[in-house]
Amino acid sequence: MAFGRRQWGRRLTPREQVVPIRAGAVRFRVLTAGSGPDLVWFHSFHDRSAWPPVLEQLALRFTVHAPYHPGVQGSEGVEAVDDVVDLALAYDELMDALGLASAHLGGHFFGGMVAAEVASIFRGRAKKVVLVSPLGLWLDDKPVADVVILPPADLRAVLWKDPESRAAREWATLPVTEEENVAAQIEQIQRLSAMGKFVWPIPDKGLKKRLHRLSAPALILWGEADRANPPAYAREFARLIRGAAVRTMPGGHMLHLEYPDAVAGAAANFLSS
Amino acid sequence: MKTCWFHLMPYRFLPENFENDFRSVWVDVPHSLYDGRKVHGLYNEFLDELEHAERCGFDGLCVNEHHQNAYGLMPSPNLMAAALTRRTSKAALVVLGNSLALYNPPVRVAEEFAMLDTMSGGRLVAGFPVGTSMDTNFGYGVNPATLRDRYYEAHDLVMQAWTRPETFAFNGKYTQLRYVNIWPKPLQEPHPPVWIPGGGSLETWEWTARLNYVYCYLSYYGYKRGKATMDGFWQALERLGVDDNPYRAGFLQLVCVSETDESAEREYFEHVHYFYQRCLHVWEGFAEAPGYRTLKTLQAGVRPQVGDQARKVRQSLDWKKYVDEGYIIAGSPATVREQLADCVRKLRVGHLMVLLQIGSMPKELVFKNTELFGKDVLPYLRDTWKGYEDHWWPSGAGNGDAA
Repeated sequence: MAFGRRQWGRRLTPREQVVPIRAGAVRFRVLTAGSGPDLVWFHSFHDRSAWPPVLEQLALRFTVHAPYHPGVQGSEGVEAVDDVVDLALAYDELMDALGLASAHLGGHFFGGMVAAEVASIFRGRAKKVVLVSPLGLWLDDKPVADVVILPPADLRAVLWKDPESRAAREWATLPVTEEENVAAQIEQIQRLSAMGKFVWPIPDKGLKKRLHRLSAPALILWGEADRANPPAYAREFARLIRGAAVRTMPGGHMLHLEYPDAVAGAAANFLSS
Repeated sequence: MKTCWFHLMPYRFLPENFENDFRSVWVDVPHSLYDGRKVHGLYNEFLDELEHAERCGFDGLCVNEHHQNAYGLMPSPNLMAAALTRRTSKAALVVLGNSLALYNPPVRVAEEFAMLDTMSGGRLVAGFPVGTSMDTNFGYGVNPATLRDRYYEAHDLVMQAWTRPETFAFNGKYTQLRYVNIWPKPLQEPHPPVWIPGGGSLETWEWTARLNYVYCYLSYYGYKRGKATMDGFWQALERLGVDDNPYRAGFLQLVCVSETDESAEREYFEHVHYFYQRCLHVWEGFAEAPGYRTLKTLQAGVRPQVGDQARKVRQSLDWKKYVDEGYIIAGSPATVREQLADCVRKLRVGHLMVLLQIGSMPKELVFKNTELFGKDVLPYLRDTWKGYEDHWWPSGAGNGDAA
C-alpha cells in the first residue's frame, strides 16, 4: 500500500515517557504514537528529533516507539554505557521495561546499526527488521564519510541528494536568536558525541561477525545517491544477513527525510506482508 | 620568578601558499611537504637552541607532545628531554608533557618520567596535558567521550606507581594491572612537581588546586586575552580557600627582543606571521571532535584556539595587531621588560614560559632573541615574586630565585 500525504493535515503528538533502567543509571526518553503492531525506531546522528515525519506515516499502521539514545535530548546515562554491545543490552532492558517481548526494529544509519545489533544479539526481540543506510561495517576502499566531524557546509553536501531541497534547507536552518542558536549547537555536539562514543574512530565494532545471527526477515533500503554511506555497503549487509532484501531508491543519505513517503511505504509493505 | 624557555619545534618549511592550498597543518598534512634531511638539521638546531638557553640563564627548558602535524615535530618530548639530560646540568626539564590517555598502559609515563628524573638528577617537572583534540581523538584515535575519564584514571595510576611503596593491583576501567611495581622510581621525593597545562576549564582549575599542582595556561593569544583565564583561575582558588602563591601558575608568552622596536618588526614579523598563519592552520573538522569539551565548558562558551572562528581572527593580523593586542611582546629590551613585568604581575604568574623560537625563525635569530632576553630582560624579572616560596620547582634544578 502506498502512503499519501496526511490528508487532514494534523500532526500526531507522540506520547512521551522517561524509562529508567539499571536502577536509574540510564534513563531513556521515549516517544510513542500510533496503533497496530509494535515498531521500535532508532534515530541517527543527524536527526534533530527522534520523531521525523517518516514516523508520522508509519504510526498510521504501527505503534511506533522512538527512544532517544543515551546522552541525546533528555535521555541520560551515556557514561554508563561502555560500547555498542552494552548499548544493545541497554535496549534489551528498555524493551523489557516497555513490555515489548518482541517488535519490528528499524532505524537510519547509526539507528540502523543499533537495530541490527539488537536483532543479531537478541534474536527473539526482532520480528522484522528495516535498515535504512545502516552503519556498522567498514570497507577500506570505500570509507564511510566522517559525518560526525564534517563542518556544516561540507556536511550538507554529503548528506543530501539535493542540498538545496526543501527538506535539506529546513534541516540546515538554525534558530535565529543567539541564545537558541547556542543551545542548538551545544545540543548537536552532545548528540554527535553521544552516538560517536560507540563508533569512534571507525564504525567496525564487531557487527560483521554477528550479522549471521540475524534471523528475522530484513529489508535494507538505500539511497542511490548516498554520499555518506556508499551503496557498496548495501551489498555487504545483504551478503552478511541471510535472505535480506535490498532496495535502492532515488535519494541521498538522508533518505528517510528526503523521501519519507517512499521509505514509509516500502517499510510498511515489508513489515505487513 | 622562574623563566622557562619553551620549544614547540615547528617544521619551518611549509610553502608560502600553505593556508590556501592545504586544508590542515595537523592530522592530514601531506607528506609531499616533508623533507627528512631538513628535519635532521632541525632537530639538531632545536637541541642547540635549548642548550643555549641554559647558558643564557633560563631556569627551565620546556618541551611538549604533539602528533601528526607540522606545527611541532615532537611526538615524544621524552626523547628530547633525554637528550637534554646529558647536555645540560642546572635547568629544570619541564616536560609539558605526556598526554596520559595516549599511553597504554599509562605506567609507561610513570616509568619514562622516573627515568628522566633520575638521569637528570631530579630536574624533571612532570606535565600532564589532556592533549589537543587533533592529537588525541584524531592522531591517536582516542574516543572523545572517554578521553577525560581515561586521563583521570591514568593520572591516578601514575601517581600511585610513583608513591606506593608496595607492589599493588590496579583495577581500572581502562587499565587493569595485577602487579604494579615500576623500576626505577623518580629521584625526587615523593615525586616530581606536577604542572597541568589547561585551556581554561573550571573543572581543571578545581582539580589542579585540590591536588596542589601548578596550572599552566598555554595560549597563543597573549597576555591581554590570557588575563580573563588567569583571573578565573585565581578566583577559583579563592573560592576553594587555597592561597594565592604566584608559583601556582604558569603562563606562556611569545616574545621577540631586538635592539629597537623597529628592528624587532623587521627581523621577526615574517616568522611570527608564519606561526599564526601556517602553524595554526587547522581544519575546522579536526579542531574539536564532538565530546572533546565537557558540557560545562561548552556552556561556559570556551572556544577552541584553532578552527574556523580562530582563523577569521588570525587572518586579520599584522605586526601592529600582534603587538597591540598582546599576541606577542616585541621590541627593544626596555619595551619587552616593561610589558612582561606588567604581564606577569597582572596575571600573577610565578612560572613564566617564553616562546623565543617562533614559526620559521632560524637558529641565528633564535640565539639572538635568547641572548638578548637572557642578558637584558630575564635578570629584571627575577625578583618579581620575592617573599614567595616556589614549592613546585624540581629539587635537583638550579634555584635562580635563591641565587
